[in-house]
Amino acid sequence: MDKTVPDLATAVAGIEDGMVVMVGGFGGSGAPIELIHALIDRFKATGSPKNLTVVNNNAGNGRIGIAAMIDAGMVGKMICSFPRSADPRAFTEKYLAGEIGLELVPQGTLAERIRAAGAGIPAFYTPASYGTDVAKGKPVAEFDGKHYVQERWLKADVAILKAELADTLGNLTYRKAARNFSPLMAAAAAKTIVQATKIVQPGEIDPEHVVTPGIFVDAIVEVSDPKQEEALMRAGVAYA
Amino acid sequence: MSTKLSNAQIAWRAAQDIEDGAYVNLGIGFPEMVAKFQPPGKQAIFHTENGVLNFGEAPVEGEEDWDLINAGKKAITLRPGAAFFHHADSFGMVRGGHLDVAILGTYEVAENGDLANWSTGPRGVPAVGGAMDLVHGAKRVAVITDHVTKDGRPKLVKRCALPLTGVGCVTRVYTSLAVLDIEDERFVLREKLPTMSVAELQAVTGAELVLPDQIGDLVAPEL
Repeated sequence: MDKTVPDLATAVAGIEDGMVVMVGGFGGSGAPIELIHALIDRFKATGSPKNLTVVNNNAGNGRIGIAAMIDAGMVGKMICSFPRSADPRAFTEKYLAGEIGLELVPQGTLAERIRAAGAGIPAFYTPASYGTDVAKGKPVAEFDGKHYVQERWLKADVAILKAELADTLGNLTYRKAARNFSPLMAAAAAKTIVQATKIVQPGEIDPEHVVTPGIFVDAIVEVSDPKQEEALMRAGVAYA
Repeated sequence: MSTKLSNAQIAWRAAQDIEDGAYVNLGIGFPEMVAKFQPPGKQAIFHTENGVLNFGEAPVEGEEDWDLINAGKKAITLRPGAAFFHHADSFGMVRGGHLDVAILGTYEVAENGDLANWSTGPRGVPAVGGAMDLVHGAKRVAVITDHVTKDGRPKLVKRCALPLTGVGCVTRVYTSLAVLDIEDERFVLREKLPTMSVAELQAVTGAELVLPDQIGDLVAPEL
């Protein structure tokens, strides 16, 4: 078995109009910039994929990554916890113009909804948001004298993620805090596409060090010198 | 002595109550300042929502690694014995009762422990982040805040008027004028500025203060 694909364009070729796409990363840490930009390239060349629902903690920063997807007009809705950033223009302008949807989810609930999807748990209860506007319309229950809100799993058609090492079977490690949502998204998506800084042979990653087991990964592409979103932001780069 | 504590002094006061070895989450912004004022011999272990335990100071400018950030997206460094973990584990630490202290900023805090710190109303783009999770699960949820708003209205109130972050979650409040515990849905005054009378403090507080026999002096060093 070898899950390696030859290039970024091949990696994102199966992403279709209207899909739910989970994008790894927390701010710039772990953002799969090259996969995102490959998707934008395809949209600009073919008009597809459009009307995507994007799941990420944030909603883009500056004129790169998810912000550039929003700018390009490919995103119909964001599911996120914090759609603000140092430079939130892309999302803010479309949101205030009514051109993009928003499902605001508390960060821990977002993580757990994604985890639950990957683990086959359709719903769960959390104390987060009980008694707040965010819980309006959701079932609540009392357990041992405390109130909880029922939340549902959050699945995706596709996840695009950034890893540090991948072996050809899809076992992954991450770099520092770039791990964040990615191991959860890998399990929650029907198809998980990973850009790895280095692809190695099976056995070269110590099984004790594997963070995401290959069972959750479908395609890997090597991007040996990946861009870092925050570094691009600070350099004033726009992807257009 | 000035007529109120500076933000740094409020953060200093909150830091004095953090035990050696405590696992602590500091909210984005003003609460991050608490880390600077840990008393000598007391070493807290700081948690950040995006999956790091035991981080330290900010790196010197030019040496940032932007894959190593805190929840405020600021660059951090690691202390020996740090750990990385994914977001579900991170919020498991939060909701699962594993953190000793969470320290947050606020717009309003009510005598029943309700906290409003995420939204000032329906304008603009709403954003909640981890606040609604953080207020549940830590053994102590403390708030640090100016005692009044910029235009002089009380931030300690009977009931919050702004959208809630969580209900009945705050246990202690450190302000620019006083330290208070929330017990049985009341503000219990523990310390106040020695230059201020109880009546003066009550006049800028939006809920009735409970006055125990002992009320300490709130004194912080010049910082």
